Amino acid sequence: MAARTVLHDADIARALRRIAHEILESRRGDGRLVLLGIPTRGVALAERIQSVIDEIEPGVSEAGALDITLYRDDLARTPTRAPAPTRIPAGGIDDAVVVLVADVLYSGRTIRAALDAIVDHGRPRAVRLAVLVDRGHRELPIRADFVGKNLPSATSERVSVRLTEVDGVEEVTIEP
Amino acid sequence: MRHLLSTRDLERASAIRLLDVAEDMAQTADRAVRTLPALRDKTVVNLFFEDSTRTRLSFEAAAKRLSANVITFSAKGSSVSKGESLKDTAQTLLAMGADAIVVRHHDSGAAHRLANAGWIDAAIINAGDGTHEHPTQALLDAFTIRQRRFGADARGRGLDGVRVAIVGDILHSRVARSNVWLLHALGADVHLVAPRTLLPHGIDTWPVAVHEHLDEALALAPDAVMMLRIQSERMRDAFFPSAREYGREWGLTAERFAALGPDTMVMHPGPMNRGLEISSVAADSSGSTVLAQVTNGVFIRMAVLYLLVAGSGSDADPIGGQG
Amino acid sequence: MTALLIRGAALLGGAPADLRVRQGVIVDRGSLSAEAGERVIDAEGLVALPGLVDLHTHLREPGGEASETVLTGTRAAAAGGFTVVHAMANTTPVADTAGVVEQVHRLGQRAGYADVRPVGAVTVGLAGEQLAEIGAMARSAARVRVFSDDGHCVHDPLLMRRALEYVATFDGVVAQHAQEPRLTVGAQMNEGALSSELGLAGWPAVAEEAIIARDVLLAEHVGARLHICHLSTAGSVDIVRWAKARGIAVTAEVTPHHLLLTEELARSYDARFKVNPPLRRDEDVHALRAALADGTIDIVATDHAPHPVEAKECTWAEAAFGMVGLESALSVVQQAVVETGLLDWAAVARAMSTAPAAIGRVEGYDEPLAEGSPANLTLVDPAHRRSWAVSDLRGRSTNTPYTARELPGRIVTTVHRGVLTVDGGELLGPEAVIAAHQEVDHG
Repeated sequence: MAARTVLHDADIARALRRIAHEILESRRGDGRLVLLGIPTRGVALAERIQSVIDEIEPGVSEAGALDITLYRDDLARTPTRAPAPTRIPAGGIDDAVVVLVADVLYSGRTIRAALDAIVDHGRPRAVRLAVLVDRGHRELPIRADFVGKNLPSATSERVSVRLTEVDGVEEVTIEP
Repeated sequence: MRHLLSTRDLERASAIRLLDVAEDMAQTADRAVRTLPALRDKTVVNLFFEDSTRTRLSFEAAAKRLSANVITFSAKGSSVSKGESLKDTAQTLLAMGADAIVVRHHDSGAAHRLANAGWIDAAIINAGDGTHEHPTQALLDAFTIRQRRFGADARGRGLDGVRVAIVGDILHSRVARSNVWLLHALGADVHLVAPRTLLPHGIDTWPVAVHEHLDEALALAPDAVMMLRIQSERMRDAFFPSAREYGREWGLTAERFAALGPDTMVMHPGPMNRGLEISSVAADSSGSTVLAQVTNGVFIRMAVLYLLVAGSGSDADPIGGQG
Repeated sequence: MTALLIRGAALLGGAPADLRVRQGVIVDRGSLSAEAGERVIDAEGLVALPGLVDLHTHLREPGGEASETVLTGTRAAAAGGFTVVHAMANTTPVADTAGVVEQVHRLGQRAGYADVRPVGAVTVGLAGEQLAEIGAMARSAARVRVFSDDGHCVHDPLLMRRALEYVATFDGVVAQHAQEPRLTVGAQMNEGALSSELGLAGWPAVAEEAIIARDVLLAEHVGARLHICHLSTAGSVDIVRWAKARGIAVTAEVTPHHLLLTEELARSYDARFKVNPPLRRDEDVHALRAALADGTIDIVATDHAPHPVEAKECTWAEAAFGMVGLESALSVVQQAVVETGLLDWAAVARAMSTAPAAIGRVEGYDEPLAEGSPANLTLVDPAHRRSWAVSDLRGRSTNTPYTARELPGRIVTTVHRGVLTVDGGELLGPEAVIAAHQEVDHG
């Protein structure tokens, strides 16, 4: 059976815009906002959300990248992969509100690794989670604060996020 | 399981990948917590049949920064100095559950033997074998050159067109051998400088230019000049007549250093013989990379340990491109 | 079983014929019919060669019994088609007195697998300082005719001159291990681009060639015979060729491994490939083959050098030099020079039996497979092929460089002084061999 497109480019743009608003609304006090994308596609999503936030409230937010390869809990079970660069904005993350940005939330293991990685970079005031797609099937007690689309799926199905910056196309698909 | 035994069979893409991972490791140096969890519950054994405090400490630091358990066997005061064979030592380490063995040995090929004789299936990392190779030293040298040359733009790059002169006892130098193969693979223009007595037989087949006089090589304005440590006992074996003559002909004297371009890197794997192969003026200059080499050594060794030890799967080729 | 009829063997690779053996002698040859009480050996498709004579064998006894003994070494020899081995002098104690050479000789007679001709040391303790009692060894029951400090070079030129002169007095020959010691301090492998890459100390060709050049000139000057052990380089071939053209009484040997293997094997750092002189370049291998074919090199000798496992299971520099070679010698020669069309079987018989016997003054080998000759012979199946394995070895040590390499040929039968030592490809037991010799001697 062929892949079914569940989000088109306009849907994705709308979802990110909504997430940007929700992040701003949830912000308490005047702390800095640091959006850290989890490579590969989370980095592009973090940058997009940050640019929307910047249009609305210039100067309060920064974007970066947080690689979690070295923190994965399946590191010893799979062939070694090279890490991707981590980019923490110059001001660091101490006392900032960090929003982790991922493309798909699934088992929650990637986010667990990201939480460990964050702690090694500093002590944020709070950590939130934004995802483009939540497909369910959590294996850890983790939930997203900001969700672009809830997408109930079977574990046998494959959910793919493709973004212009990485893949040259813009879509979210599900295939059996 | 794959190993790091030499740079001879390291392909360009694999070498660049390794240098890039070392960049990731270098990034962790200024974090709040510098330790990474990547090698938790892995055991790295430092097996040093030959004393080398510098290299041993560098590997220990690298393994600990990756959260590995580190066991160190040094030649002095252990059975490895009492004639226990490489094979018996290897089997002891197997029984201890070593995931990686960092081996330094006075005999060429010791790491190859450990990797291929079927005595143990741990990842073997050559930390210097006889007069054969010292691959992590060459990798840290290449990393240092690349970082000085390209700064934040270093990732993904080779050393194309970078001219490196390696000066001194090429004949007995494992550092020189590993650098020749690696720098060549990365596209550098490699020049070797030594009196003919200290050049290996058959060097005409190596991918390098050879000079018998240092001034001739320096006239080519190399981007980096790497001075090798000269052992004074070579004098007794008639490789050269005296330290004074060696220093005059092949040393990086204050005069020669003054004539170098302002951006020329001055490298030395250490420990240095100041006043013999290198003058203090050169060693302490802003062009000197000696301390950067030490710092970068830890990042390179973290990258090597991570790529060889973190993952699993016997079909994996973590560094890639080998053999 | 002392009456044998060997049927249909290609004699020296030529026309098939039958051979009759009685009381240790070849009594008849041609088209023969079986007689009563005769053991008939069907040798159709097999090549009959004279018993092979090895001029260069390390049997290790006395002193090195952990690696080899006279019994185990001569069993390996029989399995390889040999009926004579020359036992090198570097034992502990060194074979530098009549007592030691007689002991080794007697051990060989007692075992019965091959004649053991001890080689006497040239200098006391192989130390290169003082001549050993060459006369006493020559006149002993072992009748020593080959003298060598093998393992060490007789490097002092004056001592070498004296040795050539003195040994000639007893119709002997000095077999020189040509290795200039100062040029080979710590040497590990052939010196060249590869040794430089591998970081192993080089053993330059000139260290062999310089000694050979000096010694052929000395041999010419004093009018003595000289034998060059395990010649290994193309340059050495040129020097020997020049010396022979000049009429100098020099003979030369090459080992099977130098005819087949090259220095490239050192890349593995597997010490089974560590040998002295070292494996050389491909060019050298081809020069050695050509020299054997044109007679510049007279003989093939094994330099069978057994070592215990621990002497090879270590780093290259720590490992001992040497390889076992008796069992594999003929197979390697077949692959290197017979199948390449350089030598026929008659030439192999000359290089591995007639010529080494002549150099060592061994009697009974001057007319191979002739009527009236002592019954020393071997039957080879040249069509057989196998992947060489440690299980093909019959000596005490396993340091063969040929493991997992496909080699042609198989020794099916060996007859030593009329007694079967190998029958149907199987080595016979010690009791059977001793009993058969008693039957021949007293029968």
